[in-house]
Amino acid sequence: MATFIVRRLVLSIPLLFGITVVIFFLAHHLPGGPLAMYLNTASVTPEQLQHLTVQLGLDKPVYVQYAEWLARAVRGDLGHSFGDGRAVVEVIADRVPATLELMGAAFTLSVVLAFCIGILSAIRRDSLFDYVVTVLSYAGMSMPIFWLGILVIMEFGARLHWLPTAGMGTPGQPFSLADNLRHLVLPTCVLAAFTLAQESRYVRSSMLDVIGQDYIRTARAKGLAERAVVLKHALRNALIPVVTVLTLDAAYLLSGALVTETVFAWPGMGRLFYDSLREGNYPVVVGIAVMVSVLVVLLNIVADVLYAVLDPRIKYN
Amino acid sequence: MDPSLVDALPTPPALNAAEDTDLRDRRTFLSRLLRHRNAVIGLSILVAVCVVCLLGPILWAKNPTTIDFAAFGKGPGIHHLMGADDLGRDEFTRILYGGRISILVGFLSMVIGIGIGGVIGAVSGWLGGSLDFLLMRVVDVALSIPSLFLLLLLSVVFPPGVLSIALIIGLSNWMRPARLMRSQVLTIKPREYVEAAHAIGSPPWRILLRTITPNAVAPLVVNGTILMGQAIVTEAVMSFLGFGVQPPTPSWGNMLTNAQTFIVSMPWLAIFPGFMVFITVLGFNLVGDGLRDAM
Repeated sequence: MATFIVRRLVLSIPLLFGITVVIFFLAHHLPGGPLAMYLNTASVTPEQLQHLTVQLGLDKPVYVQYAEWLARAVRGDLGHSFGDGRAVVEVIADRVPATLELMGAAFTLSVVLAFCIGILSAIRRDSLFDYVVTVLSYAGMSMPIFWLGILVIMEFGARLHWLPTAGMGTPGQPFSLADNLRHLVLPTCVLAAFTLAQESRYVRSSMLDVIGQDYIRTARAKGLAERAVVLKHALRNALIPVVTVLTLDAAYLLSGALVTETVFAWPGMGRLFYDSLREGNYPVVVGIAVMVSVLVVLLNIVADVLYAVLDPRIKYN
Repeated sequence: MDPSLVDALPTPPALNAAEDTDLRDRRTFLSRLLRHRNAVIGLSILVAVCVVCLLGPILWAKNPTTIDFAAFGKGPGIHHLMGADDLGRDEFTRILYGGRISILVGFLSMVIGIGIGGVIGAVSGWLGGSLDFLLMRVVDVALSIPSLFLLLLLSVVFPPGVLSIALIIGLSNWMRPARLMRSQVLTIKPREYVEAAHAIGSPPWRILLRTITPNAVAPLVVNGTILMGQAIVTEAVMSFLGFGVQPPTPSWGNMLTNAQTFIVSMPWLAIFPGFMVFITVLGFNLVGDGLRDAM
């Protein structure tokens, strides 16, 4: 098992190399160049710009800049933010907890609901419940997430005044968990809806595959309670393909988080990426893009490992 | 085989028979598709959206960028079917023009995505070896950067414009078609009729184009339908965030950017553009589903 994981990690190194090349060279072609942010600032003189160019090594060829950036990046140094001069790693680290809180809550909510809905609609196939869920999941898969966010803000925030619709806490008040959780509810529901439709379909079809198998008939023939048949015999086997898909969905959630964080003014990494891109804060943009890609690569490995662990038929050497 | 020998073969009756079955296949495919309830609902939605957006601006001759402060904040009514926006522009007219842009971007980016993906997948599957390995690693890299982050980066690098957006979305959507096409080519390559084509001396590129491709495109068509729906959402998200179609050109996405400010006073501005994106994408998903079952 350990060798399997190590091998997967080693194989992902060229992949990560490719990713950094793509992101670095794309970011290098940002309009106005890497110092665009300062070009629009009246207080920065041409001499200062010239000094910065030399200091940051921007006068060197792109591939040299890339090599130097990479050499620092592997040691955990992603440069300094043009905004306030702090280390990029530090700036990003400040925003990570907010994103993790939102994504974690949304992921948990959507997975729990997906299992309940998926299992129920599989064992009550072609019932009214199954039919309604099918229609709803078509709607969910076609729903643009930012529009859902706007509708939710409109109904529960602007009209009913039930819940706050912006930020992580009430401005001017000291941090309290209750306040934070109240702010979390709406963005979590919106982000969870983003993946729920797909996930409940996966669970349903995976359950239906398993329920048709001989060993389920055998379990029923033994006289086991239906509950035990569904939860122990069917669900365990249906889990195998679903877990992989769910792990990969966590990566997909990152794009959804960017949109949700922007709509709900949630101060996470996605929002930081959006703001930095608007300002031309080049080192932060590159830093976030690289970090989320690394996260995706890691999640892919986790999915592979989970698959091998869960399915004893798969040999991982 | 000697070409004169091929000419000498008594083929005409056989050819006619083949054409007949081909025609019957196509008919049953259509009738299968038209019996598929979801596909019919989806097709109806798409036809309605296309007809209204393409013909609407001709019949409903208003200008989408004309500012009329007298109409500021008017709700839906006879003069303004979907109300007027914060500059008094007619919301319905803007929806129609925005729809043209959404459909154009969706279509172009689908063609680009399927085109690039199809070629790369076909070449990769057909040639195999180290080129295949290299191309598939490029696919892995492109799939590892979360799509919206990649799209926003690309949108800043390319000059703004409707064609750029279509190109960007196409460039970020070719990976799955490439994998699909590659696996199709790999499945078809060892079949007897491909061997037969080799045996009669067809050049490899001809076998790839004329023998393999026609048999490999079905899943690509299904994928293309769904991709077009996704591209329309992607365009809307990018424009909503301010990285897509730039005002004053209306697009369903950028019409929603301002709507958040007027959520209480002019809720219709937030409802109509999003609803159009929603039903259009729903239409593509339903048709894609029907195509998958009918093929």
